[in-house]
Amino acid sequence: MRLRYLTLTGVAFFSAFPLYYSVVVASRHNSALAQVPPPLLPGGNFFTNAARVFDTVPFGLALLNSLIVAGSISVAVMFFSTLAGFAFAKLRFRGKNAMLVITVATMMVPAQLGIIPLYMLMVKLEWTGTNYALIVPALVNAFGVFFMTQYLSRALPTELLEAGRVDGCTTWGLFWHVVLPTARPAAAVLGMLTFMSAWNDYFWPLVVLSPDNPTVQVALSTLASGYVNDYVLGLAGTAVGTLPLVLVFALFGKQIIGGIMQGAVKG
Amino acid sequence: MSTLPLAVTRRRRRGVRHTLDTRVSPYAYVAPFFLLFCAFGLFPLIYTAWVSLHEWTLLSETQTFIGLGNYGTLLADGYFWNATFNTLSIGVLSTVPQLVLAIWLAHLLNKRLRFATLFRISLLLPNVTSVVAVVVIFSQLFGRDFGLINWVLGGLGAGHIDWAAGTATSHLALSVMIMWRWTGYNALIFLAAMQAVPRELYEAATLDGASNLKQLRSITIPMIRPTIIFVVIVSTIGAMQIIAEPMLFGQSTGGGGGLATGGPDRQFQTLALFVYEQGFANSTFDFGYASAASWLMFLAVVIVAGINFLLTRKVKGGLV
Repeated sequence: MRLRYLTLTGVAFFSAFPLYYSVVVASRHNSALAQVPPPLLPGGNFFTNAARVFDTVPFGLALLNSLIVAGSISVAVMFFSTLAGFAFAKLRFRGKNAMLVITVATMMVPAQLGIIPLYMLMVKLEWTGTNYALIVPALVNAFGVFFMTQYLSRALPTELLEAGRVDGCTTWGLFWHVVLPTARPAAAVLGMLTFMSAWNDYFWPLVVLSPDNPTVQVALSTLASGYVNDYVLGLAGTAVGTLPLVLVFALFGKQIIGGIMQGAVKG
Repeated sequence: MSTLPLAVTRRRRRGVRHTLDTRVSPYAYVAPFFLLFCAFGLFPLIYTAWVSLHEWTLLSETQTFIGLGNYGTLLADGYFWNATFNTLSIGVLSTVPQLVLAIWLAHLLNKRLRFATLFRISLLLPNVTSVVAVVVIFSQLFGRDFGLINWVLGGLGAGHIDWAAGTATSHLALSVMIMWRWTGYNALIFLAAMQAVPRELYEAATLDGASNLKQLRSITIPMIRPTIIFVVIVSTIGAMQIIAEPMLFGQSTGGGGGLATGGPDRQFQTLALFVYEQGFANSTFDFGYASAASWLMFLAVVIVAGINFLLTRKVKGGLV
């Protein structure tokens, strides 16, 4: 019993320590890194370093871009996934099961594979360098659809829908008045998961955006590459770009974890 | 009399609308996903195959059909095989210990526990951190001169290791980063499956005097086998596509050789990074060659995932 707590505490420590240590470094001066032993407590330089981040790369713009991109994607994914989840969970139509299986199967497709034609498509659409290239392909995804299907088939009573039908509701009316209120808790979790993964997305934004109009992750990678020995600068940027998300997670962690575990069952 | 036909048409019109509503509208509700997938998922996938049969670069207006020429060149390209080796090596190093650890952690969490939520949150914390942040943080920790890890190793009597420079050491460092980010997430997936296992099985086993480890092996693992297979497949597909970690590690350790080579000697260039180098980082922007590499990578993903599927089924089946 005691061993279990000890192990778990150890693992929790290793999970949190790199993040903590990044804040330690980010709040120091570069010269402090050469000290023996290395510093283990935060210093007082964090805001100076953070200001340097904003001077070196367009970090304000990057934060705004990431907010716009991750925000629009989350709202769209919540809406379209609830819509499709409703259809898959509660409506009857020909080919439903096959379509649901296909939806789940698309999750297995390695996304990296189509990156070159996807880029060519964006060039054709003249979306390279714009947020459209990030937002439009991500408006809805298989995970979201599957997640909401799972939730709605459990949480949405069929009697409620039938009662709505008797009252003369159209399918759209049912969606608006019955499904959306029921779906709210799960959709919120899905929204948070989506926001986090959109905020953290790196490779596709790197390919399709230019360094002068970046997202947070692209700006961070510029920061880390240009100043090879300036770990302080890189980590200060990392802290500014990551901490908001970590805070949100710390606040809503319980719900987010519940969502991940629910989505996982019978995945 | 005169109102009757009118009422009938109205009812018929309502009938048509009703049919449309119940029979057709469901397709409209699921359509956004399928349309988007076709446009930005399926089409690029198929078009990759088409591009791979051409001499096709971003810079030239014309494309010439060369059949399997790109594939022939690839199979003779030492850098391609180097990237394949690195992908498999990093994949095994990061995935195998990760999944074993994740099952064990899930097993530890699957008991009545104080601070259960706190433990779960801390386990998932690394997964909330972006790849870029992870690599920036760990590049500092793995730093040759002032890295915390070398300092600790130095204290234990080992010399300073230049982590990014060697093949084995860089693969190890990258695997640690990948494991740090994904072990907790997978542990939670396993935990979700374990919670569906009936408690009575454990109670009976405890009464029979079965040890903790024995219970894990004889009850938990057979019961959550579908989840294990699922996680193994998903992790395999993920591991075969690793790109951001080696890309950023090469960048922030500054060994030279640019963004996409995976170190100056290509000691940690993965397949996905090789594709990126050919398509976007080379001055030739050789889309045809990169697309051919993409398809060979896809083939590798399918083969490795297939092997792992068979292995997982067999090994776990033997334990029951």
